[in-house]
Amino acid sequence: MSSLAVQKASSAAGATGTAQSRPPLRGRIALVPTITLLLGAIYCLLPVAWVVIASTKSGSELFSTFTFLPGSGFTDNLHDLNAYRDGIYWQWMTNSALYAVLGALLSTCVSAFSGYALATYRFRGRETLFNVLLAGVLMPPIILAIPQYLLMAKADLTDSYWSVLLPQILSPYGVYLSRIYAAAAVPSDVVEAGRMDGASEWRIFTRVALPMMVPGMVTVFLFQFVAIWNNFLLPYIMLSDDEKFPITLGLFTLLEQGANTPALYTLVITGAFLAVIPLVALFLVIQRFWSLDLLSGAVKS
Amino acid sequence: MTIARRKPYGVKGAPYAFLLPATILFALFFALPIGYAMWLSFRKVHVSGLGLGSGARKEVWAGLENYTDAFTDSELLDGALRVLGYGCIVVPVMLGLALLFALMLDSEKVRLTSFTRLAIFLPYAIPGVVAALLWGFLYLPDVSPFYFVLEKLGMPQPDLLDGGPLYVALSNIAVWGGTGFNMIVIYTSLQAIPAEVYEAAKLDGATPTQIALRIKIPMVAPSLVLTFFFSIIATLQVFNEPTTLKPLTNSVSTTWSPLMKVYRDAFGTGDIYQAAAEAVIIAFATLVLSFGFLRAANRRNKQEAAR
Repeated sequence: MSSLAVQKASSAAGATGTAQSRPPLRGRIALVPTITLLLGAIYCLLPVAWVVIASTKSGSELFSTFTFLPGSGFTDNLHDLNAYRDGIYWQWMTNSALYAVLGALLSTCVSAFSGYALATYRFRGRETLFNVLLAGVLMPPIILAIPQYLLMAKADLTDSYWSVLLPQILSPYGVYLSRIYAAAAVPSDVVEAGRMDGASEWRIFTRVALPMMVPGMVTVFLFQFVAIWNNFLLPYIMLSDDEKFPITLGLFTLLEQGANTPALYTLVITGAFLAVIPLVALFLVIQRFWSLDLLSGAVKS
Repeated sequence: MTIARRKPYGVKGAPYAFLLPATILFALFFALPIGYAMWLSFRKVHVSGLGLGSGARKEVWAGLENYTDAFTDSELLDGALRVLGYGCIVVPVMLGLALLFALMLDSEKVRLTSFTRLAIFLPYAIPGVVAALLWGFLYLPDVSPFYFVLEKLGMPQPDLLDGGPLYVALSNIAVWGGTGFNMIVIYTSLQAIPAEVYEAAKLDGATPTQIALRIKIPMVAPSLVLTFFFSIIATLQVFNEPTTLKPLTNSVSTTWSPLMKVYRDAFGTGDIYQAAAEAVIIAFATLVLSFGFLRAANRRNKQEAAR
C-alpha cells in the first residue's frame, strides 16, 4: 500500500508533459509541468487566501480597500463574532464536531463489520445484499431526506440531534470501501488459522482482522468525517432550532441575513475563515496516513 | 469435539450477525423512506368545501396525477435544462484539469509536487456551502478583487451573477471543489503503472507526450470512468452551491436546479406529494443514467479485451 505521502517512486519515469518531439530536456526542472501545477495551486488557494485577508478587515475596509490588502479589524471581527447571539457561532462549531466525530465513528464501525463480512464469508444473498447497499450511493440525498423528515416527524424526532446523526451512520460508500479493503488486507488463511485454534468468529474479527484493517478504516473514518462536516441538505431539512445547527447551516443563515444587513458580512467572512481552519488542519496533519489508492481501486492483494 | 460441532454453526450465522447493524440502518433510513416517498407520490390531498373542519382535508389516491403534473411542469423542465448546461461545463473542465494535473504530477523532473498536490487537493476539505460563500464574495462587485482590477484598468465589468456568466460562476465553484479529489484518484492509478512499461516505450523512441497519450491515459481509463461516473451523479444533484448563492443575487430562483424545486415544493409550498413524485423521477433518471453509463463502459472494456 503506497500512501499519498509516499514520495513518487523514483523508478516511475514519465512524460515531461511538453509538446515537443525532441528528447527529454536535460535541465534539472521540467518547467511546463511545474508551472502548470503552480497555476493550479494558485487557483485553488485564491479563495482561501482571500478569506484569510478579508477576515482582517473592518466593515468599511471590506468595501473600500483593495481585497488583498490586510485590514485592521481582525480582533474586532473576532469580538463581534463572539458576541453575536451570545456566541452561537461556537455552538455551531461544537455541533459540527459532535455530528462529524460521533457519526463518522459509528459509521466506520458499521462499515468495518459489513465490509469484513462481505469480504471473508461466502453466504447466501451476499451479492444481492452488497448490490442493494451499493444502490444507496446512487440515491439522491433529497429523495431520502424528504421522507426521512416525514418519518422522523412521526417519531417525534425532527429538530433533534438524532435526526441529523442517525441517517448518516450507514454509508454505502463506506461499506464498499471496507469490503475492498478487507478483501485486500485480511488473508483468508489467517481467518482459517484462527478457526483452527478454536477462536470464535467475533474474536477472530476483533483480534486478528480488525488490526489488519485499521489503515483502511482510518480512510473510511476521514471520508465520513468530511462528508458529515460538509453536509448541508440533511440539517437544512431536519433542523429549525439554530442552537442545533452545524457550522455549514449556521453560516448559511448568517449569509441570508447578511443580504439585508451588510454589516453581517464581516461576521460571515470571519466565521467562514475560522470554519475552514479545523478541516484544513486535520488534512495537513493526517494526509500522510490516508491511503487514497483505495479510491482508484489500486489495492493490490 | 465441541469445537468441531460449534464451528459450522458459528461460521454460518456470523456474516448475518456482522451485517445486522447495516441491514437495520438500511431498512430504517434507506428502504423505508424510499418506499414511503413512492407511496406519497401516488397520493394527494383532497379538499372538500372550504377546507375547514376535521374531515375537510383528506389524503386520497392520486394515481399518476403527480407524475403527469411533474412532466408537464415547465419549472422542473427548465431546471433540468439548466443543470444539463451546468454539467456540460463542469464535467469536462473538471476532469480535464484533474487529468492534466495528475499527468503533470507524474512527470519527470517536476518540482514542488508535494506542495502543489496538497494545494490542489485542499478545496476538498472545504464544505460546499463555505466554498460557494467564498466564491460568492469573490463574484460580488463591491468586494471582489477581479472587479477592483478591472475598474483600475478601466475595463467593462460583467455581472458574474446573472445570465450566461452565472453558469460559469456556478460551474467554477464545482470545478474548484472537485478537481483535486479527481486528480488524486487519477494520479494514484498512474502511480500503479509499472515502470517497465515506460522503459519499453522509451526504447522504442516514444516521446513524453506520446507516452502520456498512448500509454498513460489508456491505462488509467478505469479511473477516468469512475471519476466521470461520480461527477455526473454529483452534477444531477446540485443543490448547495446555487442555494448558497441565492442570497447574493436575484438570478438564482428557488427552482434553479431540480433538487431545489423538490425542496421548494416539499417545504416551501408544502405539496409533499408533488415533491415526492419529482424526487422519484430524479432518482429514476439517476439510476437509468448510471446503469446505462456503466453498461456502456463495460461493453467498451470487453471490446478492448477482445482485441
